[in-house]
Amino acid sequence: MAEMLRSDVMLAFAVMTAVTVAARLGGFWLMGYVTVTPRVRRMLDALPGSIIVAAALPVAINGGPVVVFAILAAIVATVVFRNDFIAVIVGMTVAALARACGFG
Amino acid sequence: MTSAKSAAATNAYWSRTAIWPGIVAIGPMLPGTLAFGMAFGALCAQKGFSLAEVEVMMLVVYGGLSQFVAVQAWPDQLTASAVAALALLTLTVNIRFALMSASLQSWFGSLPPWQSYPSMLLVTDGGWLAATRYRDRGGADAWYFVGGGIVLYLVWAVASIPGYLLAEQLSDPRKYGVDLAMPAFYAAMLVPAWKGPRRAIPWLVSGSVALVVYWLVAGWWFIIAGAISGAISAGLMDDDATSASDPAHG
Repeated sequence: MAEMLRSDVMLAFAVMTAVTVAARLGGFWLMGYVTVTPRVRRMLDALPGSIIVAAALPVAINGGPVVVFAILAAIVATVVFRNDFIAVIVGMTVAALARACGFG
Repeated sequence: MTSAKSAAATNAYWSRTAIWPGIVAIGPMLPGTLAFGMAFGALCAQKGFSLAEVEVMMLVVYGGLSQFVAVQAWPDQLTASAVAALALLTLTVNIRFALMSASLQSWFGSLPPWQSYPSMLLVTDGGWLAATRYRDRGGADAWYFVGGGIVLYLVWAVASIPGYLLAEQLSDPRKYGVDLAMPAFYAAMLVPAWKGPRRAIPWLVSGSVALVVYWLVAGWWFIIAGAISGAISAGLMDDDATSASDPAHG
């Protein structure tokens, strides 16, 4: 029976946690010292969309045609149904079906 | 400035009426979170972690993508340099949380620190996106973000257990399209964020920079590089009539 909680693993988790907590709190803390000028306001307004595109686009393109197609299907589903839930299900289902049929 | 006025008019407050709407808003994330957590539990079982260890990681690290990446790259021997490498890997994946919490300052910054900082521990992709959309509509109730965030946290923590126990059947999450859960949710979030081609220029900049960095630089720096480039490009663009327009429900 392996040890339930290995101490070196716990140490590694602690370091990962410290880094993650620092990221979550650090941005909020730093922003408290920034004066929100109209320019900063525009930058903050553009941030959500920019993060989304930066995080998803390379992964989508690297994922190949199945992933790109599934994401397009999710976008179409959002436009048609205006429902995030349906969009996620459509994206996952399209990818799972395409792979089951031997694509990707 | 109108922006300062509207910010002052929408200081954060706590009202339980927003708890349920906040939970409903992260609802679309739940199947993906559940599936992602299960896939992660299965991966950990294959990598020789104990279930107790997995649960500790789910509850304290609480960064799905970073956990996945770290466990896939988990070293055989946890030397000091191996732990440092894990820390750097975690940082590159999770530094986007700093941008997300920074954008929440204009909302949660009006709360006392003992309320705002613990709230920031709940920042995740899904919770933050849902909260951002609520904020865009003029919402200011802190419970909207915190209530949804707590539910996401609990679902995430529980999801790994069946995954760990069913590791054999779930060894290939791609088969069930689990890897599409997050990208599909992202795509769904972009549709309502669309406010005309001019406002999408930063997205174009962000995507282009992210792609170039993705191909040229190893690791996960592409997320932060693209996101910051997009934001900077928005800051450099001249203000125009449309970019000053708010939902103006206040």
